[in-house]
Amino acid sequence: MTESFWTRVGLRVATGFVLAFLYLPLIILVIYAFNSSRLQAWPPAGFTLHWFAEAAGNTSLREAILNSVLAGLGATAIALVLGTLAALAIHRFSFFGRETITFLFVLPIALPGVVTGIALRTTFQTAGVDFGLMTIIVGHATFCVVIAYNNVIARMRRLPRTPEEASADLGADSWTTFRRITLPSIGTALLSGGLLAFALSFDEIIVTLFTAGPGTETVPMWILGAIRRPRELPVVNVVAFVLILISTIPVYLAQRISAGSGGGRY
Amino acid sequence: MSTAANVPRASDLPPTGLRRFAAWLHAHPKAQVRLLLAGPVGWMLIAYIGSLFVLLLGAFWDKDSFTGQVKPFVWSLDAFESIVTNEVYRTVALRTIGIAAAVTVTDALLAFPIAYYMARVASPRTRGILVVAILMPLWAAYLVKVYAWRAILQGGGVLEWVLSPFNIEAPGLGQLMNSWIVLSYLWLPYMILPIYAGLERIPESLLEASADLGARNGTTFRRVVLPIVFPALVAGSIFTFSLTLGDYITPDLVSDAKFIGNVIYDNSSLGDLPLAAAFSLVPIVIMIAYLLVARRLGAFESL
Amino acid sequence: MRHLRIQVLLAVVALVAAACGSTGGGSAAPSLVTEIGEGEGELNLVIWAGYAESGETEGFDWVTPFEEETGCIVNATNMSDSNNGVSLIQSGEYDGISASGDATTRLIASGLVAPVDTSIFENYANVFDDLKDLPHNTVDGVNYGVPHGRGPNLLAYNTEAFAEAPTGWSAVFDGADHAGDISVYDSSIFIADAALYLKNTQPDLGITDPYQLTQEQFDAAIALLEELDANEPLYWADYADQISSYGSGDVVVGTTWPLQVNILQADGAPIEAITPEEGTTGWSDTWMMYAEAEHPNCMLMWMDHMMSPEANAQATVYFGEAATSPQACEAAEEIAAGHCEAQHADETDYWERIWYWSTPQESCADDDDATTCVTQEDWVEAWNTLRGA
Repeated sequence: MTESFWTRVGLRVATGFVLAFLYLPLIILVIYAFNSSRLQAWPPAGFTLHWFAEAAGNTSLREAILNSVLAGLGATAIALVLGTLAALAIHRFSFFGRETITFLFVLPIALPGVVTGIALRTTFQTAGVDFGLMTIIVGHATFCVVIAYNNVIARMRRLPRTPEEASADLGADSWTTFRRITLPSIGTALLSGGLLAFALSFDEIIVTLFTAGPGTETVPMWILGAIRRPRELPVVNVVAFVLILISTIPVYLAQRISAGSGGGRY
Repeated sequence: MSTAANVPRASDLPPTGLRRFAAWLHAHPKAQVRLLLAGPVGWMLIAYIGSLFVLLLGAFWDKDSFTGQVKPFVWSLDAFESIVTNEVYRTVALRTIGIAAAVTVTDALLAFPIAYYMARVASPRTRGILVVAILMPLWAAYLVKVYAWRAILQGGGVLEWVLSPFNIEAPGLGQLMNSWIVLSYLWLPYMILPIYAGLERIPESLLEASADLGARNGTTFRRVVLPIVFPALVAGSIFTFSLTLGDYITPDLVSDAKFIGNVIYDNSSLGDLPLAAAFSLVPIVIMIAYLLVARRLGAFESL
Repeated sequence: MRHLRIQVLLAVVALVAAACGSTGGGSAAPSLVTEIGEGEGELNLVIWAGYAESGETEGFDWVTPFEEETGCIVNATNMSDSNNGVSLIQSGEYDGISASGDATTRLIASGLVAPVDTSIFENYANVFDDLKDLPHNTVDGVNYGVPHGRGPNLLAYNTEAFAEAPTGWSAVFDGADHAGDISVYDSSIFIADAALYLKNTQPDLGITDPYQLTQEQFDAAIALLEELDANEPLYWADYADQISSYGSGDVVVGTTWPLQVNILQADGAPIEAITPEEGTTGWSDTWMMYAEAEHPNCMLMWMDHMMSPEANAQATVYFGEAATSPQACEAAEEIAAGHCEAQHADETDYWERIWYWSTPQESCADDDDATTCVTQEDWVEAWNTLRGA
């Protein structure tokens, strides 16, 4: 069906409105990134680039970025491995309990972060585990698994089984088939799933607050700390602004990749 | 695609231990499944379900009434008694569920037009740009977005400045409505994307067939598009509902009304772990019920 | 699948068994600390906001010199209120805390903080006499920490919103004309402020100590708070949120700490603060060491450092509280002339109308067995009910 002219006009207007809604607070925060006064009164007092310089020189911020990147990479790696293993099992075989397992993977992302956080924290304390980067990674990986799993299994469902069967017919063992046939064909799903998992881990605050120790800080934790120090508030706006700018690259790449391989999967 | 010459034939190679194991696996699919799943399911069961179990166990433990220290393995139903008898917990739970529902409906209404536009009207190039445009706000840190809304909603903020020519005073921070607005804002991309993916999957042939059978656009939309995209809507709603149900940072920052997340967080940070653990059962039970219904409606395939 | 289920069950049982072991062993009373040894390289502190500054504000850095001298790298976590602070110490991840009187009693009673022999600290001898051996940090002659600054909770108001400066707490508790613009501390300890107000306005209730209240007095305080709640105050749990509210004009009157007033005034906001004549709540903080601290020597060195004139002067000027010794006052003169006078650092009678945060106890903290008072637990529950509704 083709939508009527007026429907299309209406849709365009609605889209514009929603986009404006999505970007309004971001524009405000960009304006505040240049605000010369520390107090967040409106309208802003003046214009300055001072906060950008301060952000660049901030050592605790750099440490936080390093921690966030390491945690993100670790969590994404674990999530991709576990998610792919699960996708392979569930896609290929039918057995009792398939649906329950999918349910299990969705739970960490569906149950409130505060509950996951407290549960993990209590367990780590009980087991006497030292809090730090590892505990953060464990927390993040747990809810990132479903992202990797979803992306991989969605791709697998769209792929024909014939190349794999042909490979087996030609005498390749399971590992070779996996390495040379399956893996490349789900490669882009892994990439887009990995990017999304990394983004989720990078921005996560609630579970992280519970699983980091007193000495480790990720970027969201740094932001929480800085936002509570009124002298640092404008620097936080700068950090957010830069994050948005930098993120255009991976987001755009992910979009091109997934669009290119015949799926609109984000 | 590798040629026959490159792939080693299993029959040509010596029967090493690994090869024998691989052959055995091939003959025993159940073992393959178990091996594949051992990692992911083991992780989920131990790291996640296990820690939930430890938390909920603590809900049944007693605590010293003066020092507030938890007495492990000293059983007590005090925490549950508090929750059932004190009205405030019911108020908080109902308030949170109400706002979660409102946020879900709001986001569905806001998301649908833009998702539809992207899936059916926009050119491929515009579509790509729009997807990027919708994903980008997810990269601006959650906290910063909430603080930006604080700046907008507070007395002396942007909203008041906009309303001042009309002599209307902004409601200011502390309103329950603020939580509804900000939460709807935060989770909107999570609703747009599944709906867009769902709409995109509708084959053009189905819609053509409907038109061929004489249905007008409105009817096709109502009787073909909506039922097909409904699971995707439910999938999106899982995010908006659960994220609202557990959030405590936003209600804390833009309103004065306490949500379920606040009660759990406050009690855990103020030392009353049994109460926090006991009250955690409320969102857990709600979400599991929600997920079961959502799965029934086919949402899991549209996540 | 069955295999997996059994494995998981075993793992969980193991975890729970570990719980048995680790949480059961911490109940022996901590022994007296009698010497300071070698530093351990790290120090994890629970502090009130602004108690561990490292130079973000020009001229206020008492952390970096400490780190350089002792090699103990400081990680500090802010507590939102005393209940939060106690909970953080209970987690076992921190070495010490700057505890107010409504936390100290609980910490001592539960054996979480270590008694110290104050003679091991170089700077203890100089501390003002009326700060030593106070009931909230000394039990049966045994000290459980060393004093840090003390100060009053202030009434802060926006000069542009008041034609006439407010003089008493009625501006907050009876502030219907500023409904929606009142700022109130979000903690159960605020009930004491309501009780203090009633002590003056309803003397027939017989309130003598705003922290030790009979059920009748307590109910009256809660009723007053419910009236206040009807005026839609903005509750603050984080000092920075309150600063942003005052700074943007979202609130025009309320209860606050001198820290916020200092920062707002330094940024040019039209905020003034007073200590009402009728009296106010306040705090007298003690640095206490966690009984099972991972870095005890670093903590002890920090405790001594915070009593040293230079550090104490900077810390108390930055926050806006009274210094702990004459030497610190001298050092404070260099940073802010007249600081100790303004803060009444050595005026014993000034502190008689400041009610330091204390812990509500069932025994009413007196020798009279006949009276019972509302417990700390009930304070927290009543506050949560008020705030949740």
